[in-house]
Amino acid sequence: MKAVKEKSWCPSVQEMLRLAEKLDIETVWCRYEAQLPQCGFGELGTCCHNCLQGPCRIDPFGEGPQKGVCGANADTIVARNLARAIAAGTSAHSGHAKHLAHTLLAWAEGKAPDYPVKDEAKLKAVATRLGIPVDGKDVQELAKEVAEAALLEFSEKATPLAWVATTVTRGRVEKAIQYNVVPTGIDSVVSEVLHRTSYGVDADPVNILFGGVKCALADFAGCHMATDLADILFGTPKPVVTTANMGVLKPDAVNVALHGHNPLLSDLIVQVAPEMESEARAAGASGINLMGICCTGNEVLMRHGIPPVTHSVSQEMVIMTGALDAMVVDYQCVMPSLATMAECFHTKLITTMPIAKVPGATHIEFKEEEARERAREILRLAIEAFKKRDPAKVHIPNYVHKAYAGFSTEAIIEALAQVNKEDPLKPLIDNIVAGNILGVCLFAGCNNVKIPQDSAFLTVAKELARNNVFLLASGCAAGAFARHGLLTPEATEEYAGDGLKAVLTAIGKAVGLGGPLPLILHIGSCVDNSRAADIAVAVANRLGVDIDKLPVVASAPEATTEKAIAIGTWAVTAGLPTHVGFVPPVLGSPLVSRILTQDIKGIFGGYFIVETDPSKAAEKLLEAIRERRKGLGL
Amino acid sequence: MKEIFVRLDRCVGCLSCELACAVEHSRSKNLFQAISESPRPRRRLYVEYVLARKMPFLCRHCEDAPCVRACRTGALVQDPITRIVTHTPDKCIGCWMCTMVCPYGVIGREWERRIAIKCDRCPDRDIPACVEACPTRALVFMEEEEFARLTRLEAAEEVARSYRVV
Ligand code: SF4
Ligand code: SF4
Ligand code: SF4
Ligand code: SF4
Repeated sequence: MKAVKEKSWCPSVQEMLRLAEKLDIETVWCRYEAQLPQCGFGELGTCCHNCLQGPCRIDPFGEGPQKGVCGANADTIVARNLARAIAAGTSAHSGHAKHLAHTLLAWAEGKAPDYPVKDEAKLKAVATRLGIPVDGKDVQELAKEVAEAALLEFSEKATPLAWVATTVTRGRVEKAIQYNVVPTGIDSVVSEVLHRTSYGVDADPVNILFGGVKCALADFAGCHMATDLADILFGTPKPVVTTANMGVLKPDAVNVALHGHNPLLSDLIVQVAPEMESEARAAGASGINLMGICCTGNEVLMRHGIPPVTHSVSQEMVIMTGALDAMVVDYQCVMPSLATMAECFHTKLITTMPIAKVPGATHIEFKEEEARERAREILRLAIEAFKKRDPAKVHIPNYVHKAYAGFSTEAIIEALAQVNKEDPLKPLIDNIVAGNILGVCLFAGCNNVKIPQDSAFLTVAKELARNNVFLLASGCAAGAFARHGLLTPEATEEYAGDGLKAVLTAIGKAVGLGGPLPLILHIGSCVDNSRAADIAVAVANRLGVDIDKLPVVASAPEATTEKAIAIGTWAVTAGLPTHVGFVPPVLGSPLVSRILTQDIKGIFGGYFIVETDPSKAAEKLLEAIRERRKGLGL
Repeated sequence: MKEIFVRLDRCVGCLSCELACAVEHSRSKNLFQAISESPRPRRRLYVEYVLARKMPFLCRHCEDAPCVRACRTGALVQDPITRIVTHTPDKCIGCWMCTMVCPYGVIGREWERRIAIKCDRCPDRDIPACVEACPTRALVFMEEEEFARLTRLEAAEEVARSYRVV
């Protein structure tokens, strides 16, 4: 058994882990230990089961087979597996986006009254960007056209994906054309990847990787669309203050966690919760206390200030507090083990999506047409469960931190506009040029059981902040920072280098914060990485250079999902040096490894930095930023 | 002394044991680095496929080991207490007498130095690497008597079941 510090740096999680040991409750860390050592072929990416003659494995030591039955070698197999992972990630992000598009369309057609357009300005902005005329149209009409344009993106079109072509720099579009990686349909490019990697199709590792890049661009479209449509339906986030970590559970309230990725149901639950307060009180509770986990949590945090309780790898721990009455999940990153954990307590695990059921959970199927009613039904179940709570089992770790969130692109630009109304980006650019800000880093991705939870995030971020790097974070990366108090002005005072501190303070004062902006700006969920891309694109366009020249880097030091592989690939394609803190399953092919970490730099400007030591990773990221500065003559 | 025993009915042929053995005998002892080392780290056990069965084979560290007797240079020696047969590369002349007399064919060859290589029972570890890597516990590390008892209990259970049915 590893010490708790080697499992998580989050004090709440450490406390729960000690409890788990005492109560002999199985957690994700136990299951990981039981899996060790993991299969080396899988770790290297050299296992193929794409046909029924397999599975085939390539011996990395050269004694055993060097080719699969069909003749595919390690390079082909590794490239194929990677491309398939990108396709899976793309399917997840774009499935989420498609779901929102259907809802917007349903509302426009009068079939989903619970989903009125909340942000007309954003609707118009998106329509205009897509080239849809807005004048003289009412909201319904425009919503219908935008939703239809979105749905058109999924099948094969005669033209490039609008959600790529209209959202990136001219330079990136030209690169995509040059290398023949222009996606014309999200679903069609996913199916193209599955086709070309199936038995006996594409065997050229380089060609397959370009196919993966094309798919990653479709993933970007899916992410961006998900952000746009969520903003239209639920409002574009504005800065909010909340609290984070397990201390947000209240011993006397009906505690309900919203987990998964899509705001469709969770936003409605937030909307109806106030109506259910009296029922909760009638059951003896002080009220309803909502909290978030993973990106569903981020969506309701960004728009409603719902506190995040925990993230990613530690999701089971919330149930272990004995104080959670219901966990409502939609899809993605929801561990099936939650059902087992819920069995040991009174917690109701409620699945809501037809494509995401978990044995042992209660399934209440979500329907757009009756969303409010379903949301009420779910909260009623939570209230029922509250009555069965066993006070003897309640154990809430008492850790909370203040956290600022809600930094959409619009909110960031608005904040900058307080400093310079005519040219909002100027303060940012001037400070980068002057060297007060060395560069920008976007943190993204999950926690990973192989890395002590949050350790890599905290180590890399603090080191970059000390070196005056302006920090953005999304997804469970932002969650990690929230739980440790890094999304606060106080963290700026404590960790930012002098240059960065001065800039964040100037902006903070201009927006009336009375102090600096938080050390790290929470831009939203994983699909909201598109917001960071928007900022990079705006800065690049303003400077008249392409993104691959900017001192901007990305880091996913604790990533887990195939979605993260897709995002990482589009970040590299966008031109960003992108750090990953784990060894991806590609080392079985020295060729593919070299392409991803070196050769691709000559093509798209971005490249992967694989570094498992967080301190060294910070050094490498700083090095990449300095190289870019030098390139710009700074 | 503990020995490595193979529960033949449990092997799924995943080759994790082979990989782990090679990694254990690399300089870095880390898969990701080991794959680019030279000389190439080698496995010392072999999962063979015969009569549709997966058969992991490794040195049995035989009593009065034939390979030790055949080795004229003193490269192969057997520990008088543990009975583990080890090989000293510097003394090996690559004559392959050991290979010829080993009844199980588990002496291999390092191509770079043209010397024999064989299982050394992982002297740096409490549990041999191959045993630890085996996901189905087809490989176990225990006393001979313990293993016999395991087999006996499994057989007994089978008998007991049929006995109760009758
Ligand atoms: S596609 Fe080729 S390498 Fe893959 S399982 Fe089939 S034969 Fe083996
Ligand atoms: S090959 Fe080496 S170990 Fe084997 S018998 Fe000859 S000298 Fe001894
Ligand atoms: S005991 Fe060690 S040397 Fe012998 S086969 Fe197993 S892993 Fe290889
Ligand atoms: S690790 Fe175990 S199951 Fe896998 S091949 Fe070796 S003996 Fe068989």
